[in-house]
Amino acid sequence: MTVTVKLNGETHELPDGATVADAVAAVGAPSDGRGVAAAVDGEVVPRSAWASHPLAVDDRVEVLRAVQGG
Amino acid sequence: MGALKIADREFDSRLIVGTGGFRSLDSMRDAVRASGAEMATVALRRVDPSARGSILEVLDDCGCFVLPNTAGCFTARDAVTTARLAREALETSWVKLEVIGDDKTLLPDPGELLDAAEELVADGFTVLPYTSDDPILARRLEDAGCAAVMPLGSPIGSGMGIANPYNLRLIVESARVPVILDAGIGTASDAALAMEAGCDAVLLASAVSRSRDPAAMATAMRKAVEAGYAARHAGRIPRRLYGEASSPVEGVAELT
Repeated sequence: MTVTVKLNGETHELPDGATVADAVAAVGAPSDGRGVAAAVDGEVVPRSAWASHPLAVDDRVEVLRAVQGG
Repeated sequence: MGALKIADREFDSRLIVGTGGFRSLDSMRDAVRASGAEMATVALRRVDPSARGSILEVLDDCGCFVLPNTAGCFTARDAVTTARLAREALETSWVKLEVIGDDKTLLPDPGELLDAAEELVADGFTVLPYTSDDPILARRLEDAGCAAVMPLGSPIGSGMGIANPYNLRLIVESARVPVILDAGIGTASDAALAMEAGCDAVLLASAVSRSRDPAAMATAMRKAVEAGYAARHAGRIPRRLYGEASSPVEGVAELT
């Protein structure tokens, strides 16, 4: 079983029971999470909740990091 | 040069650099070092697994306080969410608030900006809003609890300098929070003019990052900000319609 989500704008299959932490890992973000933040359906998921926040079908997951800008 | 105090932080440098537009992290590092800046902005974007190097490590090496921005947001809602993501990512409650109204001019959307500022202040953020050069909007942002106001000189990346020095003067004269000239700087004289006009600091990116020699331009900007600040505080002479001799008018020899 897999769960299909929109991960940074792309359709992505994750194992059933996947959490935000799995999505963060799937996009290749640093594992310590430094400079990285995640939102599900436009709501920020605090880093402390990444591993416990399960993903549901069609969730829109955004994983962002600090880049040059401004 | 006196310290720049914003909210509960003090900075010896009055030049703040944006990190956008550099050709490489090495080029950025050299320029940030040459600028003497103690605060630098970053943006938040989707993770790119192919990206190399960490901008945060480079800015740490430079001793810079990292100020995340909300660049790319067109609504208060997106800007507020982006600020909250930045707080998570960078463990800072400081934000350079940008809410753009138009992707051609990149001018701020005043209504959305004010709404976002109010919401973020209520949520405990230290808000530094990028605003237009409208003195009334600057006052409204200050009244909303922003820690500084950051009027543009001219549109982002335009290099057009200070398009409306009169408005800037009105903002400076009434503001009770630091005024940071943000956007439009093209070259060193623009930065010096901003400081001479009474701005507390200058924030610039493209003028350095897109110049031919970013480290050299960063040095020029550092000196310009220092010179403009010093001149402002030294008390310039009044402008006069006619000349006034600086040599004595008495005791001139009769030679013919």
